[in-house]
Amino acid sequence: MAKFQTPEIKEYPVIPRIREGAMAGLKPLTAKPDHQRALGFPGELMDNWKEVAIDKMADLLGKYRSLPVFLDACVKCGACTDKCHYFIGTADPKNMPVARQDLLRKVYRRHFTFAGKYFPKLVGAVDLTKEVLDDWYSYYHQCAECRRCSVYCPYGIDTAEITMAGREILDSVGIGARYSNEIIGKVYIIGNNLGLPAPALRNTLEGLEEDVKEDTGVDVRYPVDEKGAEVLVIAPSADFFAEPHVDGLIGYGKVFHEAGISWTLSSYASEAANFGIFIGSYENMKRVAMRIREAALDLGVKRIVVGECGHAWRVAYSFWNTLIGPFDFLDPRYPAPQHICELTYDLIQRGALTLDKSANDHRVVTFHDSCNVARATRMGNKPGGQLTIPRDVIKAVCNNFYDMDAGTIGEATVCCGGGGGLLTDDLMELRVKGALPRMQALRHVVEEHGVTHMAAICAICKTQFAKVLPYYNFSMDQIISVHHLVGDAVVLGAKQ
Amino acid sequence: MTIEVNGKTLETDEEGYLTNLNEWTPEVGTKMASDEGCELTNNHWEVINFLREYYDEYQIAPAVRVLTKAIGKKLGADKGNSKYLYELFPYGPAKQACKYAGLPKPTGCV
Repeated sequence: MAKFQTPEIKEYPVIPRIREGAMAGLKPLTAKPDHQRALGFPGELMDNWKEVAIDKMADLLGKYRSLPVFLDACVKCGACTDKCHYFIGTADPKNMPVARQDLLRKVYRRHFTFAGKYFPKLVGAVDLTKEVLDDWYSYYHQCAECRRCSVYCPYGIDTAEITMAGREILDSVGIGARYSNEIIGKVYIIGNNLGLPAPALRNTLEGLEEDVKEDTGVDVRYPVDEKGAEVLVIAPSADFFAEPHVDGLIGYGKVFHEAGISWTLSSYASEAANFGIFIGSYENMKRVAMRIREAALDLGVKRIVVGECGHAWRVAYSFWNTLIGPFDFLDPRYPAPQHICELTYDLIQRGALTLDKSANDHRVVTFHDSCNVARATRMGNKPGGQLTIPRDVIKAVCNNFYDMDAGTIGEATVCCGGGGGLLTDDLMELRVKGALPRMQALRHVVEEHGVTHMAAICAICKTQFAKVLPYYNFSMDQIISVHHLVGDAVVLGAKQ
Repeated sequence: MTIEVNGKTLETDEEGYLTNLNEWTPEVGTKMASDEGCELTNNHWEVINFLREYYDEYQIAPAVRVLTKAIGKKLGADKGNSKYLYELFPYGPAKQACKYAGLPKPTGCV
């Protein structure tokens, strides 16, 4: 299957020599006309795509104040050039963040700046041609929108927003990535990315109740569509379907059980993920999120808690209030929305959970900060809580915890390699190569401290690592959900 | 893309998943597997048949945990885990086995 070379992990991280055009051919499968139309986009590339694209660019420049600032502000200082995991893994110079920005910037200059209109050659301005459009499709789908480069940019230029604009312009002329757009369509019809219908969800959750009963002898519930429950949990649908995700879901249930909080999932809003953000489409982001408000009102819940899903927490924390708020119908004593790690952390602080840390003694754990959580959100009421709270939860349930190198965690965390709508088999080469910096940091703590497991709070990260770890001679089950660790340590029945 | 089975040409998508689920026969599964260098044993067929039964009822492939439990019951507890399923289907039980079973590829963060 693998027709590419997995990068070699060197003793120290190395900035690669550039290899021009190394990833030039790579692009994800395009969405079919039906997928496009379901999201309000043209079905295929239209005849007058050039005018439509420039009009769309003008529309975005007017709508988002950040976009013209980011396109104007770059001074080509080079601080970002070696900060992208895809550049480090592929050595393609167009994967340097500044070069990725320039793909849009050069057309922006041609059409929207004085110098570019009259002296294009002087300022690197070019016309929008089919070749440029193809380059956009290829390289705006080699960006995980992880925003690491923006941390190092002295102007704070956020390449993710440029990528989102690029993708939105592409969608507006009829070219979308199948992975994201087909999935958004499934949310509209069925309620989640998987296309998991309500009867299958119920069957799966009943199976979990049996499993937990068998393992622990305790009737822990995994309820769905229960009106009047206190908490609505919005989990990524991967939590129902995949490993290691499902063990995290089992952990949430044990926490609620022990804390005596009634909770429910919703079959209508059975998805935390919101791929609308990946394609830069505010309208689609809103439409996906609206199901959650509707479900919360319908079920009459008092709190909304978001499960382990990285970009979902970004959408929830940073955008829900204006997308689907106000949340005046929820209990004002709790954050709206609240992250499952915040909930568990609060319960631990209050002594509401009895924890047996030794249950995780066979594990030596590190934590992978997910990009959207680390750089675009917060938890708790202190700055940096999104970095400390998940770690404090892990340390409360595990005796053995070691962080990876400082330059690869926290605000500087490196992407898993599969974020931003790239978690698709047709981009496997990019995903494997883009994982290099994280694999390097992981190898270090494995050798230094005997780390056995890397925990994460993002469904994409978990799937991505389960897939790419074996390419780097780790095993797929070394990636684990934070609430799997919690679930294993919670002593059931201790508080009754 | 297409696949040739018993003289019949069937349409597939770019990744080799059958376009029309109703055209599936066991021979299609065998052919898809052999094209990828995989010879289907009875144990593979237990998985494939379970996927198809589950899909008939729920219009989706079963979650990995549902699958491992069912296979554990059929083939013995030592085989009721994802490690065994990955031995059978190295590219991932959900995706590779779904393909041979003629089911659509699971989408999302899986």
